Amino acid sequence: MATFGNGRRVAIVAGVRTPFAKAGTAFRSISAIDLGKLCVAELLQRTNLDGKEVQALVFGTVIPSVISPNIAREVSLLPLLPKGVQAFSVSRACASANQAITDAADQIALGHLDVAIAGGSESLSNIPILHAQGFADALVLASKAKTLPGRLRALSRIRPKDLIPITPAIAEPSTGETMGESAEKMAKLNAIAREEQDHFALRSHRLAAAGTADGRLTAEIMPVYVPPKFESVLTSDNGIREDTSYEQLAALRPVFDRKYGTVTAGNSSPLTDGGACVLLMSEEKAKAFGYTPLGIIRSYAYAALDPGEQLLQAPVLAAPVALKRAGLTLKDMDLVEMHEAFAAQVLSNLKGFESKWWAERAGFSQPVGEVDRAKLNVMGGSIAIGHPFGATGARITTTLLNELRRRGGQFGLMTVCAAGGMGFAMVVERTR
Amino acid sequence: MSSAPEVTIGGLVGTRWKPALSVEVTDGIAIVTFDLPNESVNKLSRAVKDEFVSLVSSLERDTTVHAAVLISGKPDVWIAGADIEEFQELKTATDAERLSRDGQMLLDSVERLRIPIIAAIHGACLGGGLETALACRYRIATDHPKTILGLPEVQLGLIPGAGGTQRLPRKIGLTNALDLILTGKNVRAKKALQLGMIDELVHPSILRSVAITRAHEVAEGRRKSERHQGSVKSFLLDSNPAGRTIVLRKAREQTLAKSRGHYPALIAAIDVIAAGYEKGIAYGYREESRRFGEMAMTDVSKQLIFLFFATNELKKDPGVDPAQYPELPVSSFEPLPVDKIAIIGAGFMGAGIASIAIQHGSLVRLKDADHGRVAKGYAAVRDVLKERLTRKQITRIQYSDYMALLGGTVDYSGFGNVDLVIEAVFEDLAVKHQVLRETEAAIHPSAIFASNTSTIPISLIAQASTRPERVLGMHFFSPVHKMPLLEVIPTPNTHPQVTATTVAYGKKLGKTVIVVNDGPGFYVNRILSPYINEAAILLDQGVAVDIVDKALVDFGFPVGPITLIDEVGLDVATKAGKIMADAFPDRMRPANSIQAVVAAGRYGRKSKKGFYSYDKEGKKGEVDPSVYAVFLAPGSIPVNKSIGPQSSEPAAWPEMPAIQIQQRTVLAMLNEAARCLNDGVIRSPRDGDVGAVFGIGFPPFRGGPFRYMDSLGVKIVVQRLEDLNARFPGRFEPAELLLEMARRNQYFYPDEHG
Repeated sequence: MATFGNGRRVAIVAGVRTPFAKAGTAFRSISAIDLGKLCVAELLQRTNLDGKEVQALVFGTVIPSVISPNIAREVSLLPLLPKGVQAFSVSRACASANQAITDAADQIALGHLDVAIAGGSESLSNIPILHAQGFADALVLASKAKTLPGRLRALSRIRPKDLIPITPAIAEPSTGETMGESAEKMAKLNAIAREEQDHFALRSHRLAAAGTADGRLTAEIMPVYVPPKFESVLTSDNGIREDTSYEQLAALRPVFDRKYGTVTAGNSSPLTDGGACVLLMSEEKAKAFGYTPLGIIRSYAYAALDPGEQLLQAPVLAAPVALKRAGLTLKDMDLVEMHEAFAAQVLSNLKGFESKWWAERAGFSQPVGEVDRAKLNVMGGSIAIGHPFGATGARITTTLLNELRRRGGQFGLMTVCAAGGMGFAMVVERTR
Repeated sequence: MSSAPEVTIGGLVGTRWKPALSVEVTDGIAIVTFDLPNESVNKLSRAVKDEFVSLVSSLERDTTVHAAVLISGKPDVWIAGADIEEFQELKTATDAERLSRDGQMLLDSVERLRIPIIAAIHGACLGGGLETALACRYRIATDHPKTILGLPEVQLGLIPGAGGTQRLPRKIGLTNALDLILTGKNVRAKKALQLGMIDELVHPSILRSVAITRAHEVAEGRRKSERHQGSVKSFLLDSNPAGRTIVLRKAREQTLAKSRGHYPALIAAIDVIAAGYEKGIAYGYREESRRFGEMAMTDVSKQLIFLFFATNELKKDPGVDPAQYPELPVSSFEPLPVDKIAIIGAGFMGAGIASIAIQHGSLVRLKDADHGRVAKGYAAVRDVLKERLTRKQITRIQYSDYMALLGGTVDYSGFGNVDLVIEAVFEDLAVKHQVLRETEAAIHPSAIFASNTSTIPISLIAQASTRPERVLGMHFFSPVHKMPLLEVIPTPNTHPQVTATTVAYGKKLGKTVIVVNDGPGFYVNRILSPYINEAAILLDQGVAVDIVDKALVDFGFPVGPITLIDEVGLDVATKAGKIMADAFPDRMRPANSIQAVVAAGRYGRKSKKGFYSYDKEGKKGEVDPSVYAVFLAPGSIPVNKSIGPQSSEPAAWPEMPAIQIQQRTVLAMLNEAARCLNDGVIRSPRDGDVGAVFGIGFPPFRGGPFRYMDSLGVKIVVQRLEDLNARFPGRFEPAELLLEMARRNQYFYPDEHG
């Protein structure tokens, strides 16, 4: 099977991200746009690439700023880049950065671009807080009033309950189910025990802590000297708990179903701030510039299912398609990176990979197969590292390719589940 | 009247004679375009003035013209001011007075002209340019950063001479006018509108059309320039004789206190403004010309004008002389582009360099050994930008754009495409060698390595290099964002293109660059060292700290030498001092006082304890009386009213006269400057003068060490040095060059002493 690109192979040259910080901590005063700017500027600095060479910037974010909705354009107006850079923003929930990467890759494959930056960022410390309808109505009326008494009359319509702000919840608009409730439901449907989930979460923290300690994980992380006063610096993810234990995780109470539930804050990914991006080039261009790419995109696929069913199970439908497009099987994969929204979801996805029923639903006669745990999320995942929605896809891409290189592997598979019942899978190949 | 005025001066363009002023009449409006041929800026020379005179008289006569618009043909300059080169030809005060009188009469005729002239201002409108605009009936300026207005004459030791001292206060009020005239500062168009200097602010693309519309309206009496309504405070003070008396008296007091009498033009400006208010505007004009003539003949003005031309020359100086490299093609003197730089060492100097580099569009990689230090560097850069933001010199968007050009690192990542590396690490040769080796392994072979060392000879640093032709010194002064000088120090191995590139980049950063030869302390620190040392030896001998400082501030330095070492840091000063002492043991052996004070852990402002006392925020107070016991025996501690409660007692030590302090310290500096010239450390007395004024703050009104020696007479300098050398054998041995010049009766600037 041919590689994605119909002969114009797309190289991932490099990737950089900010540390991931739990919402409300180190990056609470940095907007998603600024997180994006930080990592894109550092990507250019580290790769020694003259910004003038960049033709496009594609960026993903899940909760966009109401004031500047095209985050990609704002990021692309960095002084390091030419003002003529094309920039657009994409949204595919937690796979937004993946969408940004594949959109840019498509443009390169089509021959429209040679050099692009793709990624995403999210600040869950800075989500828009909305006013209640009554308050908003009164403000609009007051702004239209021509006299001071008229203005006061309009404002006098505000009732105390109108002053309670509305915070957007991470819930499915179509079902009203929160993400946690969906994970809870998946745990029950797929019979994922609490113990299994807690063990998986523990593994995520242990591996991420090891990757941080030995520098493999931090190699792709830029230091962020925290604006505006630069009194502190963050150089690694601050949600990783190297000292956590199974007992501590087991002691946590379920959040979404207090009586029969198994999903806890400990076995879920936390709300996180961060940005991540990768540098994409046509393979020829990368060669012409003298870069040794981290790897090329071998194939990718998206899939979706009814959000009311198993919200985060679509990677199971996307992965076999991506593998088929790559002309490869799970056995060929040297590493697998799976986004960890919840331990329950990862374990459900893994079960789905082994299931004939899910294989048939995806249109295949045989299941994807059993993922060798020694190859899975070898430096932990979103549960420990954190999950800034718009950035995670770019983080996983970089981590997978860097680790493939370290291990001398050739192929890697990544999957990302996303709200709306969507899923993503990509096969990358390390070139020699 | 249709095409050109009768008298055209202008200049040759190709083979055609082109006037400076061209006129085009449409619909009764004369558009006068000022575009001085073969010059990048418009300036008011005698020739241009003659063209103006004939233009005004033809406008007076031509009844088909109802109004005129005065606009510039230059992209970013309206009228930059008078042609200063002509000032240098003025031989007597009467000549200068006449020049001023002629300008006044021309502008008087502009003001009284039958028809209104509308000033349509885009670009610099300074000195005589602003005076011209003020004589026009209506003023429109563009809302553009290049549009600046001001009366900078005092910066050249002069006063405005074409009516500016009379028209400006009447236009914008006495208080505001004094502020502008006495500082010589520029204001942007927006501020000029607030002050009432201009009547309207427009986008550059509609300047011409709006000016034409206004010309019609003013001609028809439908619009006029309104006198500005100032604040209540300025109304109370500026608009009545009693208030003005208070304002003028205050201005006089403050000016005297600040200038210490060194800048007579400041007082002259106040006198002239006062005269116009007291005895009428006609008298004011007469006084303005008279005092302008007087000021033009002062030594102060001559020195300041010299510095003006010297810095302009240096702006054009490429820093290398191709004649010295006959074997190299012309292309190898072309400066290379510098887009990305790396700075190693995020301390005060490194961060300072970063702060100016990002503001000039360079991408900067800032490296230090650990993240904490890099973060401190970020904070220091931010402080510089934040101050500019607070003062509205930059916008919030510029602030964040500049900060985005800064990237911190603790390794050599991102060094692969830098064009220039500036090393600003600890002053230790071994450390610098290690940094150089590591850097060369990380950078492109064509990149330049510059050391910001202040004392270590560059050739010593370059010994560790595998490509010494790309190594040189780039010595910035602290604080980098404020100090205008940069010393570029090539070694004998440095390729001229490397020097040319570094010089060009220094100029891009807004610095005045002098190229100096390698050696301990290069130029500026080498002449500073004996000066500081002599000051410290005076302390050893029991002279009070503030007495020494005051003597030299009175001499014209911005701060005294002891305050200076407190600022720089005694640790830094002693480290540098040791290198200088090793190189020149006979005359730069460090004084006891500094050694003892630093040994006592008093590093100056940084440790909030030095010769002076500092409060918690590091704000300097009085001399710390406890410092004397650190280096003096109890009996020799100076007692004077400034340091303690013992004021009523008679001084235990006779107070040394200021003149003696000044002579000992300054002569040590002058003598060393002469040695630097003789040793080829500096290329010319000009470089030495500019370096001392902009690097140390040598009193500008004295022109610099060499010009000061010329005005004293080298003979006198030698004589005084010999006297001192008799008292303090060794330290004041006159430089060979001085002895020879004294014998031959020579000057450093022979052209001016024909």
